Amino acid sequence: MTLLQTHNLAAFYGDFQALFDINVEVAEGETVAIIGANGAGKTTFLRAVAGALATAPETVIFDGEPIGHKAAHEIVRLGIAMVPEGRRLFPSLSVEENLLLGTHSERSGPWTLKRVYELFPRLQELRHLPAPALSGGQQQMTAVGRALMSNPRLLLCDELSLGLAPVVIRDIYRCLTAIAADGMTVVLVEQDINRALDASAHFYCFQEGRLALSAPTKNFDRAAITAAYFGL
Amino acid sequence: MDWLNALIQGILLGGIYALFAIGLSMSFGIMRLVNIAHGDLIVLAAYVALVVSQGTGLDPISSLVVVVPVMFALGYAVQRGLLNLTLSGGLLPPLLVTFGISIIIQNGLQEVFGAYTHRLQEGAIETASLRLPGGISIGVYPLLVFGVAVAAIASLQVLFYRTRLGRAFRAASDDADTAELMGIDNRNLYALALGIAMIFTAIAGVLFAIRTNFDPSAGPIRLILAFEAVIIGGLGSMWGTLIGGMVLGIAQALGSALNPNWQILAGHLAFLVILIVRPSGLFPRTKD
Repeated sequence: MTLLQTHNLAAFYGDFQALFDINVEVAEGETVAIIGANGAGKTTFLRAVAGALATAPETVIFDGEPIGHKAAHEIVRLGIAMVPEGRRLFPSLSVEENLLLGTHSERSGPWTLKRVYELFPRLQELRHLPAPALSGGQQQMTAVGRALMSNPRLLLCDELSLGLAPVVIRDIYRCLTAIAADGMTVVLVEQDINRALDASAHFYCFQEGRLALSAPTKNFDRAAITAAYFGL
Repeated sequence: MDWLNALIQGILLGGIYALFAIGLSMSFGIMRLVNIAHGDLIVLAAYVALVVSQGTGLDPISSLVVVVPVMFALGYAVQRGLLNLTLSGGLLPPLLVTFGISIIIQNGLQEVFGAYTHRLQEGAIETASLRLPGGISIGVYPLLVFGVAVAAIASLQVLFYRTRLGRAFRAASDDADTAELMGIDNRNLYALALGIAMIFTAIAGVLFAIRTNFDPSAGPIRLILAFEAVIIGGLGSMWGTLIGGMVLGIAQALGSALNPNWQILAGHLAFLVILIVRPSGLFPRTKD
């Protein structure tokens, strides 16, 4: 079953058009990667789906409903949670308070503080510290935990690996794979192509705001991806 | 003993200044909204109390039962219907709009009530005092006002640090866009914030008007006092605001003990000195 679908999605920053005719389809339970160079429109795509950028109603369909016109706070209540680029934790809140912010979506489900602490045991020890006191990897775990606390049906992850050490990235992706294996639908945006392809079943490659390539990940020729990535 | 008396009066005077400042501090802290109409809203609350107590025979403090909900509703509506529209365009639009609201309130009050001075009458409590050994005397009413200020700030601390709504306020203050992504409706949240700020503004207005004469143009000086208390205390710190109010009050009381004409001037001078020595205030919390 298709959970998220975009129809000729276009997005603008003022007069500047950042996305052109993007058609993406994400089946329930699937992990989809969106790859592309800097400025290809990956983050814009996630922001448009999450409602942080206004688009035409019918261009974003979630669970059969047009949501392109809805505000961000309404969309998270429908079950789309975002792990924003650069983590964007609330600096004056403690780790636990940051996690609890996820409950403002007012969705119930399996994800509670207890379950997040089981997934990331280190966060339980650090829960009373202010968020900026954490290492980059711990902050990323908090950002993922915060998104999970809203009990989403669709998890949008923007550049989880940004600024993190390879060993930390591996840990975070291991957790993400476990979450996906549990049935979560995930859309990943990554600059690290190999990392993204390893974690996903299907990928879309963006180039300058347009879809350059889309295919199942399995056994796909990496040379063709490289060509689409750089627009060769 | 005169000096000690002046010091105590000054500390207690700080209570009303802190109450003036709470609403201003909240709207700046949460929405980055500099509310130029804040002083006039304090005076408006006093007039609402005047109308209510004349209409119903309630004493001014009991009239808060009506004044508080009225001011909360007004704050909610003004933020939701007007001020929210100004917040995306930088610091200037809200400044201009609240400046306009300030003029409208002053002229509206003048139109309805005239330029006469009024005072709310609370009865014997206004002049009662406690005599302590050593010639020190403490007014019961200033002590009550100070107690209310402490209780108000303590209850705000509980709201901000112990409740779900308070967590949302702090998150939106940190990063409004990300708060929205978490499911917080900022427009509603901001309206609640100004509504709650107006609860404290209503209390401040009534308590001030029992002690001091007021007229439609009494707002701007309250705004300045509120600003000074917030800046001396440090932006974003509620207890700092109480200390800021006390610093102002002490400076005024000591100034007036030297020469009665120096009361107001001494407060402003204390503010300028602190602005020069510690530009971010005594207990800064907000970084930007």
